[in-house]
Amino acid sequence: MKLSALRLSYMNRRSTSFRGSAPLDSSAESAVKSPAAIFWLLLHGVCCLISLVLGFRFSRLVFLFLFSTSASNLYGMPFRQLATTADLANPLNVPYNPVVNPEVPAINKTVSSRVIVGRHGIRIRPWPHPNPAEVMRAHQIIESVQKEQRIQFGVKSPKTVIAVTPTYVRTFQRLHLTGVMHSLMLVPYGVVWIVVEAGGVTDETAAIIAKSGVRTIHIGFKQRMPNSWEARHKLEVKMRLRALRVVREQKLDGIVMFADDSNMHSMDLFDEIQNVKWFGAVSIGILAHSGGADESSLVAVKEEVEKRSSMPVQGPACNASNKLAGWHTFNSLPYEGKSAILIDDRATVLPQQLEWAGFVMNSRLLWKETEDKPDWMKDLDSVDADIESPLSLLKDPSVTEPLGSCGRQVLLWWLRVEARSDSKFPPGWIIDPPLEITVPSKRTPWPDVPPEPPITEKPVINISEQTVKHTKTRSSRSKRRSKRKHEAKVVDTQVSVRHSEQN
Amino acid sequence: MEIWKWVFVGILCYAAFASTVGAVKLGRSQPTERISGSAGDVLEDDPVGRLKVFVYELPSKYNKKILQKDPRCLTHMFAAEIFMHRFLLSSPVRTLNPEEADWFYTPVYTTCDLTPNGLPLPFKSPRMMRSAIQLISSNWPYWNRTEGADHFFVVPHDFGACFHYLEEKAIERGILHLLQRATLVQTFGQRNHVCLKEGAITVPPYAPPQKMQAHLIPGKTPRSIFVYFRGLFYDVGNDPEGGYYARGARAAVWENFKDNPLFDISTEHPTTYYEDMQRAVFCLCPLGWAPWSPRLVEAVIFGCIPVIIADDIVLPFADAIPWEEIGVFVDEKDVPNLDTILTSIPPEVILRKQRLLANPSMKQAMLFPQPAQPGDAFHQVLNGLARKLPHDKSIYLKPGEKILNWTAGPVGDLKPW
Repeated sequence: MKLSALRLSYMNRRSTSFRGSAPLDSSAESAVKSPAAIFWLLLHGVCCLISLVLGFRFSRLVFLFLFSTSASNLYGMPFRQLATTADLANPLNVPYNPVVNPEVPAINKTVSSRVIVGRHGIRIRPWPHPNPAEVMRAHQIIESVQKEQRIQFGVKSPKTVIAVTPTYVRTFQRLHLTGVMHSLMLVPYGVVWIVVEAGGVTDETAAIIAKSGVRTIHIGFKQRMPNSWEARHKLEVKMRLRALRVVREQKLDGIVMFADDSNMHSMDLFDEIQNVKWFGAVSIGILAHSGGADESSLVAVKEEVEKRSSMPVQGPACNASNKLAGWHTFNSLPYEGKSAILIDDRATVLPQQLEWAGFVMNSRLLWKETEDKPDWMKDLDSVDADIESPLSLLKDPSVTEPLGSCGRQVLLWWLRVEARSDSKFPPGWIIDPPLEITVPSKRTPWPDVPPEPPITEKPVINISEQTVKHTKTRSSRSKRRSKRKHEAKVVDTQVSVRHSEQN
Repeated sequence: MEIWKWVFVGILCYAAFASTVGAVKLGRSQPTERISGSAGDVLEDDPVGRLKVFVYELPSKYNKKILQKDPRCLTHMFAAEIFMHRFLLSSPVRTLNPEEADWFYTPVYTTCDLTPNGLPLPFKSPRMMRSAIQLISSNWPYWNRTEGADHFFVVPHDFGACFHYLEEKAIERGILHLLQRATLVQTFGQRNHVCLKEGAITVPPYAPPQKMQAHLIPGKTPRSIFVYFRGLFYDVGNDPEGGYYARGARAAVWENFKDNPLFDISTEHPTTYYEDMQRAVFCLCPLGWAPWSPRLVEAVIFGCIPVIIADDIVLPFADAIPWEEIGVFVDEKDVPNLDTILTSIPPEVILRKQRLLANPSMKQAMLFPQPAQPGDAFHQVLNGLARKLPHDKSIYLKPGEKILNWTAGPVGDLKPW
């Protein structure tokens, strides 16, 4: 706060504090040429010179040794009663708890105050680190403060979130389902998770969703998931309708949202859908990736996309008065003819015109008899199982409420990433029995490793990172290597090089 | 019949019980709570009609010309004296007839002599004040009538009317002798201190209201920082060894809690300072060179519970605002145990403090908005002045009686300004 203005006074302070326990008497600063003053001046000058030579203010040390009450108090007690600080060339009073007797001003004060002006010690406790019990209490305090904030500023009467997820057992199921599960676990409202599984209820899926901690309803669907994207979409629609029937049967109360297992949901989505009255729509970000297509088609697609400058967004479109005016769908023309047909394909996976994930509805719309159910909702049984989007459940699609500031906020992202249908993965992702050794460790010789067989393949092996023909490595390393799929070609070359070196 | 009487009584009791429980429950879920200090529920009082203030017309060398020389005085934390003058000039409590005035105001800007860095130098202030008082005592009879007992002055500098920034020097000087009968409106407040007169009104330091309003964030942003502080711990320019600045309290905070993850403390001044305060539960307000700081105002505006580390401090409008219930007071000697103290506060107490802070009249009372709004700091000052009315008859001096010694004080003060 006070910078240059105080430098003058600081010079004064330095000279007065040098006198140690002598009272801070400003009147003594006025030039009184007594022998004592001249003596102090000379002593001060000599000490300054010595300090200059040594590199630190040794005056403190002098006072330490002259006035210390007991040397044993040096490090033991938290607050020492010494008269000086022992800072050796260290301007900061760091851990040694230095304490100086406060220099009591010799000014007559008319009132007695317990607050003393002057230099005080810096109090440091012996173990200045956080106490875990206190940290826990602090977190509980923060929890209760945030709960209160949510009550005041958040949604007034939160409704349960009913999430409908169609799934089936495959390599990427664990990845996708864990993502959805973690999002649902973070939702601050009640959650009912309806998981519909193609191919019937399996222990795999049951094991994954059991860890969620939310109420789950696990339904099996008798058909197996087909291998083409088109058929998969159709089956997923049937599975979702099956879940909606469960909502109707059990008369679940809340807001139904469709959480496809490979989608990514933001937490704001769950806050926003609480605002829905009957039937709402949000904007979805479409992440239509082209999985490893070759360079030329990628470039062509990019150019086309840039030409039309389309947003990868699907959702409600509003007019100037913030009313629903139409729908914004993903522009799939650039990808025409190049999109994936089968799940195994490495082409772009395209979404439907309007994905189910972008719609939410009040579960009371599905109930059989409710008083204030609006009449524009068709009955579930009267709906054909081949509907494309939930808009077909409505007689009049214009009653949809656009959420997320009229579709301007993208609250979830659509993504379809799957492995090849013939890809294998350990059931439950638990490796049992243990895998064979693929890369023996260089340092520790493992006694269980059988002696290496003599290398029989051709000696020319480049260290460069060219792709080695798959067949060559398989013939020589079939015993040592578990079957790898597409990647790890580079590893193969390096390992084989290492083996040739060792021999 | 007996049984019906008992049933009726029972129903009455149950109704009373249910209604009180309901009232309590309602009270707990309200976002704010009424504030009433030791003087009662006075934050929302309207001073208009309760007092009359006469503003002396001083030559512009005491106010306007000083401001023209350095317009930085309008934005620093001592700007209250200037804004108070402007407010009084256009306020309904102002009267142009001094005979009916209860209080007299002298507009002299003593804190507007700034260094190039922006810090006010108080060396000429005593002479300026003395010269102003000489002027009003010679041109108007009202000073001599009471020797200043019904006059008030705004002295927002570090140690008030002691007119020095160094505490030892300020204590040595004491309050300007000529002001010993007047009411002082100052930011400095510390019990049993020479520079706090009895009957003084403590005001908050000036904090720019528009700047703070511009940085508000939505209320639903969860408060996730436990303790927040930004500022110096060691004033290396003036006190490199520590121990003088803040009586060692700030250095103690740093040394004890720099590794503690609950404490977000540092010397860096981020651009999101105001936003961060709104995400914190506690904000430290330790003393610096003087016990008061604008951090208190900022903490109140942003709903962060102030943790006041300044022994014997007197906070603004202490009779209207029950600071003990709103903030947390920690003695300087207890700073090493600050984390234990703060974590052992029960959550209900913390929620109650936040409700009190959320009260809009509390926030309004800490600000000096332009133009003045009801319930703001200007009005609280007037309320404070109004509460001191009516003046005791003994302040009026008998003719010929003199109490003030016009030659008291250091020799340098007697020079004309």
